[in-house]
Amino acid sequence: MSWSQLFFYVFAVLAVIMSLMVVTRRKAIHSAIFLILAFICFAATYIVMNAELLAAIQVLVYAGGVVGLIIFVIMLVKAEEDEVRQTHGQWIIAAFIALILVVEVAFVFLGNLVQRTGNLAGKMAQAGGNTEAVGLVLYTKYLFPFEVASVLLLAAMIGAIVLAKYKLER
Amino acid sequence: MTQELVLVVIKMIVVFAVALLVVAYLTYFERKIIGHMQLRLGPMRVGPHGLLQPIADGLKLFVKEDIVPHDSDRWTFYFAPILNLVCALVLLAVIPFSYNFMVTRLNIGVLYILSLASVGTIALLLAGWSSGSKYPILGGLRSAAQIFSYEIFLGFSIMGVLMISGSLDLVKIVEAQSKVWNIVYQPVAFVVYIIAALGELNRTPFDLPEAETELVAGFHTEYSGFKFAYFFLAEYANMIIVSCMAVILFLGGWKGPVLPGIVWFLIKMCAFFYFFIWVRATFPRYRYDQFMRIGWKIMLPVTLANILVTGIVMMLV
Repeated sequence: MSWSQLFFYVFAVLAVIMSLMVVTRRKAIHSAIFLILAFICFAATYIVMNAELLAAIQVLVYAGGVVGLIIFVIMLVKAEEDEVRQTHGQWIIAAFIALILVVEVAFVFLGNLVQRTGNLAGKMAQAGGNTEAVGLVLYTKYLFPFEVASVLLLAAMIGAIVLAKYKLER
Repeated sequence: MTQELVLVVIKMIVVFAVALLVVAYLTYFERKIIGHMQLRLGPMRVGPHGLLQPIADGLKLFVKEDIVPHDSDRWTFYFAPILNLVCALVLLAVIPFSYNFMVTRLNIGVLYILSLASVGTIALLLAGWSSGSKYPILGGLRSAAQIFSYEIFLGFSIMGVLMISGSLDLVKIVEAQSKVWNIVYQPVAFVVYIIAALGELNRTPFDLPEAETELVAGFHTEYSGFKFAYFFLAEYANMIIVSCMAVILFLGGWKGPVLPGIVWFLIKMCAFFYFFIWVRATFPRYRYDQFMRIGWKIMLPVTLANILVTGIVMMLV
């Protein structure tokens, strides 16, 4: 087993453990902390697989941005602290959805539905980095969806400002 | 394979040990320089000219009582300083101090630094929240708002440099400056970068999260002993990172005549340290609304215009 394989399995196991901690902690803030660690472990597995751009975006957007927002929300509702505790009231629905997902993933992998491309990210890294490759595809083939997503985000941003302003002015 | 790994481990130990020592002595130089600027002597008692002062400070913090407030969230309270320091120190892993002296070369170096720095911000939020008292939570919220917004200007000011060098790899960015340093092409971006960096670092004209007159000490009010030292070290480690980034992105990294590369790098880095300390001794603190106005109403349009102009010029030339 090579070093990169070893690192991959170490971080994969850590990611699973951290994810389990996220769903089992009682306090919401502890879940958020383990979520950061889980995201960083995922990013580490991406790095091992030569997908550096994906890893950086994972940490920047999810560990930095999304969890930051989650912590903001938890902080601001601290007054009702007892309600911030995590409950397991929805476990039947959650288990059902998880079962469907497991079956789907198994179906995809066992049924050979994935095109076996080998270490695509590794080839990209040798050809000059996957940042260039992603950028090139994003601004040519997927330009329209990309722009639509940007407009959607802009609309959400303006909406948020309008809602906040409306409340302030009243 | 094993040999490579050993080499990397040795490099890591060298970089981090030197960095921690530099961080400790940065505090000494800060006190000394500000002292002289204000016609005082600064630390003089411990060792000749107070040279052993940082070590005495470290020992003092190390043996201090470890206080955890009653209302705090114990685990989060312990975790926040560790996260903050780790996020600051791991950034040193990708800094190229000379052409062949760095822990690892990552082809997304710039993104790596920006992304982990944003995780470090969360530590301040967590620290403020977990202390369970009002000044830290206000300080934590303020620092989060400040750093989240100034991160944007920091990222945008770097954009022009990335467009010119065409890579996120720190080594390639330096190599692209063989003839002319980026500061010549990107003077506006350089100024914005310095201002945004001061905001990111919570340093004096913008040290609102720690405004003593309003918030006691901000997010680390309840911290003492070694947990406080972690925040302190992280702040100065971030100062090193910001200086290194400025040197790499705008001042040609290790490039320079006669002297070996690493010496040039350290000289340029020290110039930035001195600049940051100088600024602290010179300017008063901004008010919070002024600070936010500078960011969103001046720096954001300026950086966007800078990106646009850079793009147009690159198309034409």
